[in-house]
Amino acid sequence: MSEPRFKNDYLDQFEDVPGTTLFNAHRSRKGFHLNMFCMSLMKEENRKAFKANEEEYLKRFPLTEAQRQAVLKRDWNAMIAEGGNIYFLAKLFSTDGLSYQYVAAQMTGASQEEYARMMLEGGRSPKGNRSKSNPEL
Amino acid sequence: MARIVAGVTTSHVPAIGAAIDLNKKNEPYWVPIFKGFEFSKKWMAENMPDVVIVVYNDHASAFSVELIPTFAIGCAEEFPPADEGWGPRPVPVVKGHPDLACHIAQSCILDEFDLTIANKMEVDHGLTIPLNLLFGEPKEWPVRVIPLAVNVIQYPPPTGKRCFDLGRAIRKAVESWPEDLKVMVFGTGGMSHQLQGPRAGLINKEWDTRFLDNLTKDPIALTKIPHIEYVRETGSEGIEMVMWLVMRGALDDNVREVYRFYHVPCSNTALGHIILENVDKSPRKAAA
Repeated sequence: MSEPRFKNDYLDQFEDVPGTTLFNAHRSRKGFHLNMFCMSLMKEENRKAFKANEEEYLKRFPLTEAQRQAVLKRDWNAMIAEGGNIYFLAKLFSTDGLSYQYVAAQMTGASQEEYARMMLEGGRSPKGNRSKSNPEL
Repeated sequence: MARIVAGVTTSHVPAIGAAIDLNKKNEPYWVPIFKGFEFSKKWMAENMPDVVIVVYNDHASAFSVELIPTFAIGCAEEFPPADEGWGPRPVPVVKGHPDLACHIAQSCILDEFDLTIANKMEVDHGLTIPLNLLFGEPKEWPVRVIPLAVNVIQYPPPTGKRCFDLGRAIRKAVESWPEDLKVMVFGTGGMSHQLQGPRAGLINKEWDTRFLDNLTKDPIALTKIPHIEYVRETGSEGIEMVMWLVMRGALDDNVREVYRFYHVPCSNTALGHIILENVDKSPRKAAA
């Protein structure tokens, strides 16, 4: 149920953008419980319970096994693939004391130093990063 | 009558909030960023509005995946700062202007913009960081604030044109409010940035600069930018710039650029900030 059942020209165009998972209605449905778990971490008592026993706390949410593993391993790209949205995941990495830049670096596969340097040098160029079907763009 | 006199846009990068809250403003990384707002704070103090309409996106704080309003207007007396995972930001509670907000909601809805009404809502960094950047860190915010939350998280967000047209409807609403009030509109978020996946860190200075130029030169051209162009050219989170068009639509056709600041990087983001003033400052007749 998490994939569009019919051709969807509007959504399809975004699939051509490299390295990008756009949060659409299908992914929102797929990631509903994962994202709601993240929302629960907006309360201090829940953060405490989660930190005390992550596996036990996760039982409160009907996550898929893939979602559960992604959370426990802090595999941010996997969480995105399982329907997570970055602003929801932010509650989890904030609970961990991590920053957006740290997590962004992890998702690119770079070390935080390399990533921070790339940003200081003006960021990732759009050249070659615009289209899967036309890498020259 | 109430009158919109100026519009301000600024990014609302959460790391700016952390730099303020953790006293890092004097670190070399942050000095140029806060320096970029010195003029703006002075300008704001000299042109202090009564009410600011802050167009921002809620980052999964007031609205989760359970309820996703495309446009929601805050009509409450006050809006407490949300706990985004590290405790609420130590900023003052945001005071609303329920009378004007309800009037804007009525006027816009009758104008066929079906706004969602939020009578209880917490506000996150998307709203409070722009207040810090323009008003500093006072004990109480010096203005009343009407939050206008826009969905830019789950696709599709509203189109740029819809945002611009909503701005126009808001202008009409404000100008039909009988009380003399000086109103500004803040458009927040942007500019180019991508926070997720292997393409995170994308920055497009050329595109951003053109966008900033066109806010005065050709705002109608900006309303025609399709979602895919924002994503391709400015990263998945660059779509936040549609919110700047609500601000632009709320101003007159003829505006003057008072100030501009653009800085890379601010965490993962190209920070953009602009102040636009209506050229025509004469009092207006109340709209019929």
